[in-house]
Amino acid sequence: MIRAVTDRLSRLGRFLWSAWAGLAGLCLLAALWQLGHEAYGSFILPAPLETLQAASALIREGEAQALLWLTSLRAALGFALAAVIGTVAGVIAGYSPAILRLSRPVLTVVIGVPPIAWIVLAIIWFGASMMTVALTIVISGTPVVFMGAVEGVTTRDRGLDAMAEVFGAGPIRRFTHIASRQIAAHLLPALVLALGSAFKVAVMAELLSNAGGVGGALARARSMLDISGAMAWVLLAVAVLIVAEYAVLRPIQAELERWREAARPWGVKH
Amino acid sequence: MQGVSHSYFGRKVLDGIGFSIGEGEVVSLVGPSGSGKSTIAHIAAGLITPRSGRITRGYRHHAMVFQEPRLMPWATVAGNIAFPLKMAHVPRETRVSRVLAAALAAGLMPEDLDKYPVELSGGMRQRSAIARALVTEPDFLYFDEPFTALDVALKRRMQDLVIAAAAAARFSALFITHDLMEAIRISHRILVLDPMGQGITGERIIAGDPATRSEPSVFAQREAFLGEDPLFAHIHDLDERLRP
Ligand SMILES: Nc1ncnc2c1ncn2[C@@H]1O[C@H](COP(=O)(O)OP(=O)(O)OP(=O)(O)O)[C@@H](O)[C@H]1O
Ligand SMILES: [Mg+2]
Repeated sequence: MIRAVTDRLSRLGRFLWSAWAGLAGLCLLAALWQLGHEAYGSFILPAPLETLQAASALIREGEAQALLWLTSLRAALGFALAAVIGTVAGVIAGYSPAILRLSRPVLTVVIGVPPIAWIVLAIIWFGASMMTVALTIVISGTPVVFMGAVEGVTTRDRGLDAMAEVFGAGPIRRFTHIASRQIAAHLLPALVLALGSAFKVAVMAELLSNAGGVGGALARARSMLDISGAMAWVLLAVAVLIVAEYAVLRPIQAELERWREAARPWGVKH
Repeated sequence: MQGVSHSYFGRKVLDGIGFSIGEGEVVSLVGPSGSGKSTIAHIAAGLITPRSGRITRGYRHHAMVFQEPRLMPWATVAGNIAFPLKMAHVPRETRVSRVLAAALAAGLMPEDLDKYPVELSGGMRQRSAIARALVTEPDFLYFDEPFTALDVALKRRMQDLVIAAAAAARFSALFITHDLMEAIRISHRILVLDPMGQGITGERIIAGDPATRSEPSVFAQREAFLGEDPLFAHIHDLDERLRP
């Protein structure tokens, strides 16, 4: 029990340590940004520090928090729907070759239609509402999750299935004990991708449908030619996405991939 | 098992297979690569439904050691060994001691139990697979060429392990191999499969008990089989790539 706790603490420590590398990368980006700012001036590209100040000012005003919360909620709703629909449909299709063959062309069509077209359609159907944003996210995110789940089912190790069957596992327990772990390994990277696209699509849909939220704020900043405001909003949206990804999805992934960690030369913990 | 036949996608790989195994008896099934040995084991264990034929299982429950270890990579050795207990709804409290006992019987160290399969050597992985098969104390065991991938010394140790376990737990077993020496060391009786899977061509009873068999006698028996017995004439000369 104690080892389980220390194990996870040491993993968190390693993660925080590796965050320095990420931070260094971000500083490099900020330096390039600063260069751009000095070359083109505040009107085209405000300085990073200026943007940070604008962002923190937005947060302190309080209104920004509500807008970020609204956008996050929409993104989360769309993402949750995409995750559930994509996973269930993908698992079913993975187990049924006939359904998989049927769904391939449908998927090609859905992926082929640009998201912007879906936004227009959704605005016509639902107006400027939560539904419009959520629907666009669902349509853009579901295929990714679906493919991840299909991949997980079809590439699973059938030898392990036979092993479980020998030891008396019926189809349901073979799924819950054997297949689900292998599906999750493919599903989680797909979910990370879908979460990222959920936030991007949410902002885009809000901007185009005038549905408020961060997208709405961006639209207002644009009409007022408030460059530092626009940059500040972008910064905030990215920050929220990073928090969502590293607070929710990455820990789940790390928990499921513990055994891979053990295979790494420096990951030996015993 | 009576009159069993099987085809994969219309290609007949087994026909007219029939044999029986008595209580406490270890029977080897030998035959060249690709002759259908694994398929027979999978049919007998109920993993594959045969095209025709009847299978009567007199045992209470079985376990199997496969050609590859087939461990779950995401679970520790202990988790892998405990898997059959979990499937048999054995309460969690009693699992730990039974896992430890099975692991020790298979020659694993207690400190190996917390490792993941990726951290183990090939031999230790196969030991884990044997421990997993022994943990439910089955009265029938299937071995599907479990030691083919191991080196000679390790193979011998594993065979001794199986002989000792069979003597201690008194299980019956179907031991599949294409190594005649291994078959003679381990079993009471040897069945020879037709190279094309067209029935069992014959059987030989090995004198004495596997646990008390001496090394020279095993070797002499092998020489006798290979030199004089027509039954074993074709055991090494089939190229599995040439099967229709
Ligand atoms: N799932 C499968 N689908 C199609 N053909 C198969 C399948 N499994 C086995 N076969 C074919 O059936 C024949 C018998 O295979 P099997 O695995 O039973 O042989 P084996 O005697 O166990 O060989 P080895 O000693 O190499 O393990 C082979 O010709 C093989 O190509
Ligand atoms: Mg085989």
